[in-house]
Amino acid sequence: MTITRNPARHDRAGTGAAHPRARSWPGSASGVAVRVLALGLILGVALWAAAPLVSSGDWTGMAITAVATGVALWAYLIPRRLPAKYLLPTTFLLVAFQVFPVLYTMSLALTNTGDGHLGTKSEAITAIETSSVRRAADSAEFRLTVAEKDGALVFLLADPATRAAYAGTEDGLREIGGASLGPGGRITAAEGYTVLTAAQASARSAEITALAVPVEGGAIRSQGLSRAYRGTAALAYDAGCDCVKGDGGIWRSDEEQGRFVAEDGRALPQGWKVGVGLSNLGAALTNPKINAHFAGVFAWNLFYAIAVVALTAALGLAAALVLHHPRMRGVRAYRTLIVLPYAMPAFAMLLVWRDMFNTDFGLINRMLGLHTDWLGTPFTARLSVLLVQLWLGFPYMFLVATGALQTIPREYMEAAEVDGASPWQRFRKVTLPLLLLALAPLLVSSFAFNFNNFNGIFLVTSGGPFPSDNPTVGATDLLITYTFRLAFGQQGAQYGLAAAMSIYVYLIVAVISIIGFRRTRAFKEVS
Amino acid sequence: MRRIFEALAPRPAPRLVSGLALGLAACLALTACGGGAGGGTATGEASSAAPAENAENAEAAENATLTIWADQKRSETLKPFADAFAKENGVKADIVVVAQNQQQTFVTASQAGKGPDVLVGAHDWIGNLVQNGLIDPIQMPRDQLDGYVDVARSAVTYDGQVYGVPYAVENLALYRNTDLAPEAPKTFDELVATGAKLKAAGEVKEIVGYPISQQDGQSGDTYHMYPLYTSGGGHLFGTTPNGDPDPADLGVGTPESIAAFERVAEFGEKGAGALKRSLTSDNSAALFAEGKTAFMVSGPWRLADVRTAGVKYDVTPVPGFKGGGPARSFVGVQAFFVASKGRNKALAQEFVTNTLASPEVSQALFDAEPRMPALKSALAYASAKDPDVAKFEAAAENGVPLPAIPQMVAVWGPFNTLIHAVVKGEKVAPAVKAAGRAIAEQLGRTG
Repeated sequence: MTITRNPARHDRAGTGAAHPRARSWPGSASGVAVRVLALGLILGVALWAAAPLVSSGDWTGMAITAVATGVALWAYLIPRRLPAKYLLPTTFLLVAFQVFPVLYTMSLALTNTGDGHLGTKSEAITAIETSSVRRAADSAEFRLTVAEKDGALVFLLADPATRAAYAGTEDGLREIGGASLGPGGRITAAEGYTVLTAAQASARSAEITALAVPVEGGAIRSQGLSRAYRGTAALAYDAGCDCVKGDGGIWRSDEEQGRFVAEDGRALPQGWKVGVGLSNLGAALTNPKINAHFAGVFAWNLFYAIAVVALTAALGLAAALVLHHPRMRGVRAYRTLIVLPYAMPAFAMLLVWRDMFNTDFGLINRMLGLHTDWLGTPFTARLSVLLVQLWLGFPYMFLVATGALQTIPREYMEAAEVDGASPWQRFRKVTLPLLLLALAPLLVSSFAFNFNNFNGIFLVTSGGPFPSDNPTVGATDLLITYTFRLAFGQQGAQYGLAAAMSIYVYLIVAVISIIGFRRTRAFKEVS
Repeated sequence: MRRIFEALAPRPAPRLVSGLALGLAACLALTACGGGAGGGTATGEASSAAPAENAENAEAAENATLTIWADQKRSETLKPFADAFAKENGVKADIVVVAQNQQQTFVTASQAGKGPDVLVGAHDWIGNLVQNGLIDPIQMPRDQLDGYVDVARSAVTYDGQVYGVPYAVENLALYRNTDLAPEAPKTFDELVATGAKLKAAGEVKEIVGYPISQQDGQSGDTYHMYPLYTSGGGHLFGTTPNGDPDPADLGVGTPESIAAFERVAEFGEKGAGALKRSLTSDNSAALFAEGKTAFMVSGPWRLADVRTAGVKYDVTPVPGFKGGGPARSFVGVQAFFVASKGRNKALAQEFVTNTLASPEVSQALFDAEPRMPALKSALAYASAKDPDVAKFEAAAENGVPLPAIPQMVAVWGPFNTLIHAVVKGEKVAPAVKAAGRAIAEQLGRTG
C-alpha cells in the first residue's frame, strides 16, 4: 500500500474539497460545484435520517446512519482513498438491494409473521382489551365535551335526559354546577375547566381514547369527541399470570404460537409475532400437505422454464437470421413489428391472451372455428401458457440475437464459403458457436426468470386446471404460484411460511443457475 | 487491490469519483423519497418537542390531519363532507384514493404506522382486520343502530361488536330482458326452460348469463354460485351462538352439499348446458347488454351498464331450484372503519359516527352510484328516486351477509375449484368431498 504514496497522486485521487487551493485543481468550476453539492447531499440525507431516529430513540438506527455517513465522508473528503471511492457506492447498493432483502427474508422465515401475528404482544393485548369493551344496554348517550384542568384531561359530560352536568376523570365522576349547555345539549363552558377545540383535542387522541371514567356498572368512555357511553371491558390482561381473563374464561399466553389460548384449545383471534425457529423451513420438508406435490410441480416447472427458453431462443434466432440475410428487404419494418410484443406491457397482454383462450367467446376458438377448452384440460393449458410465453419472450431473444449477429465478422463467413462449407455447415460451425458465446449467459438468466415466471402463469391460468379431487395443485402450477397459493391463498397471508418457501425456490434457482454458468464457461473453452 | 482500481480508473479520475458520489447521494435521496410520507410527519414530531406543553399541543393541533382512505368513486363523493368537517373543527382532511388491493395495503401500512385514520371498505374484511388488531369497535346507541337495515347491521357486527358504520348494501338479483322474456321465472328450472327455448329459436346465444368463472376463467365464482348452492340445500358454515359463522361446523362435503351440487350439475355443461365455465361476470354483462341472453345474474353495479345499453329490463330475486329452498345471495355491505393505529383516533371516531353516519352522506353516495343505502332513511330517499332499489331490496330479503370471519379465506380456493369441476361435468360426490377435505385441512391449521 505504501508504494503509491507519492504526493503527485494526491490531486488526482482526492476530491480536493478538504484542501481548497492547496494543490492544483484537477477539475473545472462546475466539477467543484458538483462535488460540493454531492457531499452536501450526503450530509443532508444523513441529517434528514437522523431527526426521526433521534426523536423515536432508535439508537441502533442512529449508529448505523452515523457509521455509514462517517465512512462516506472519510472516503470522499480525504484524498487517496481511490478503491474506497469506487467500492462504497457499489457496497451500498449491494447491501441495500441484495444483502438486506435476503437477510430480511431469512429472518422472516424464522417467525410466524402473518395475518393475526403482525404486531407485538403489547399491541395484541391493547387490541384484545379495546375490542372487548361492550356498551351497557341501558347506557345513556352522554354528550361529551373534552376539556382540561391543570393540564389533565377531563370529560365534561351532559346527560341529555336529565340535563345534569358532570366532570369525569380517571378518579371518577362528579356532578358540577355552573356549566352552560349549548345547542345539542353539549357543555360549552364550565367554571375552572378549559374546553378544548376539536383540533386541540385531536392532538390528545391517544389520551382521550384511553380515558375511562370509573362509575358504577363499568366506565364511561368516549366515542369520538362529542359522545360518551358507559360500558365494560369484558377482557383484561393480567400480568401476574400472563393471561387474559374475563367473559368466564382464562386465555393463557402461549409464547410458542404467539396467541392467548384457553384450556379447550380455543384462542383469541389477536395474536403476535414470535420466533418459531426452523419450523417454517421444516414444514416445507415434512408437512405432507406442502411437499406431497413437490415432485410433480417441480418437474413441470423445470420443463416449462427449459421449454420457454428453448422455444423463444429458437424463434428469436430464426427471425434474427432471416432479417440478417443481405438480400432481405424492409428489415426495419419487420424489426419494428417483431419487437412490438416486447414493447407492450406484459401484464395487459397476458390478460388479453387469457380472454382469447375462452372456450365460447375467445378469439382463438372463434377464428379457427374450434370448440377447444384451452385452459380446461392439463395438456392444452400447458400448451397455452407456453404459447403465450413464446409470443411474449421471443422478441427479446430476437433483439439479442440480432445484436450478436452484427458482431460476427463477415470475413468468417466468406472464409467458410471459400472453404466450400454449405449454408447449414456455415451456420452450424461458425454462426451458432459464436452466437451462443454471447447468448449463453442470457439464456441462463432467462431460465432463472422463467423458472419464477409468476405472472406468466398466474395471470393466464392461475395455476389451473385443477383436478377435481385435489383443489390445491393445478396442472400449470409453478413452484412460485403453488407456494403463493399455500402462503397467501388459503389461510390469509402467512409471510413466515412464504419466506421459508421462497428460500427454497431461491436455492433451487441458484443451484441450476450455477450449473448453467459453469456450462457457459465450457462453451468458451470450445470456441 | 489499489493497483487494480487505479488501472481501471481513467485519467480524469476525480470527476468520475464525484460523479459516483453524486450517484450515491441521489440513490440515498431516492430511497428517502420512497418513504416520503413519513418525512413530513417525522419533522412535525421533531419540531413538536418544544418545552412548553401548550405550545406542543397547539402545534400538533395545527398539524392534525384526518386521513381517509377510499376508492376513487367514494373519495370524490366524500371530499366535500370531509372538507366541511375539517373546516368546522379547524383541522385538515386528506382523502387518499387507494384503488387496488385496499385491505392488504391497509394492513401493511397500518402495521408500519403509516395507515389512515378512517378506512372505507367492505364488511368481510372485518374478521381479518380484527385479528390483526387494526380496527376499533364503534359504539353506537341502540336507536342509531336500529336506523340501519337488519342485514347491514348484522354484517358489520362481529363477535358481538359493531366494527363499522355501514353505508351501502349490495347483493345479486336476476336481470331479465322483458322483450325476450316478459314473465319472471319462478324457479331456476323455468328460467332455463325459457332460455333454452329462446336459444333454440335463435333469438339468443346463451340460455343465461350466469357467471360461473372468475375473471381469470380458471376458477369458479363462489360469490355468484352461492344462491344456487343454498337453494339446493347447501351451506358453508353453521352459526355460533352470537350469530357469527362457525368455522367448526363446515357445510362443504356434507350429503346436503353433494345434493346441492347434483342439482347444479343438472344445468352444467354435460346437462342442460345453461351453466358454462366460459361465462364470467364481464362477458355475461356484455351478452345481456347486446340482447344475446334474456337473463343475467348480477348486482346493482351492472345497473348503469344495462341502462346505457338501452335494454328493456326488470330485476327480480334470483330464483331457486324447483322444489328447492330459497336462493340466498351473499350480501356485501360497504362500511366506514376507524383505524386502531390512526394518529387522530378520537377525531376519526367523531367523523365516522356523526358526519359519515348522516343520511346526507348516504344519499350523496347513492346519487354517485346506485347501490342500496344501508341507512333506512336514505333507503326511503333512494327507493323514491329509483324503482330498482326496491327490487334489489326484495332480492336481499333471503340474503345472508358474506362471512366476515378470517377462516373464509380457506373456503374460496377449494370451493372455486369445486364449482368448475361440477359445471364441467365431473363426478359430483368425490369433487365435493375433496373440496370439503381441503377446506377442513386448511382450517385445521389455523387452530
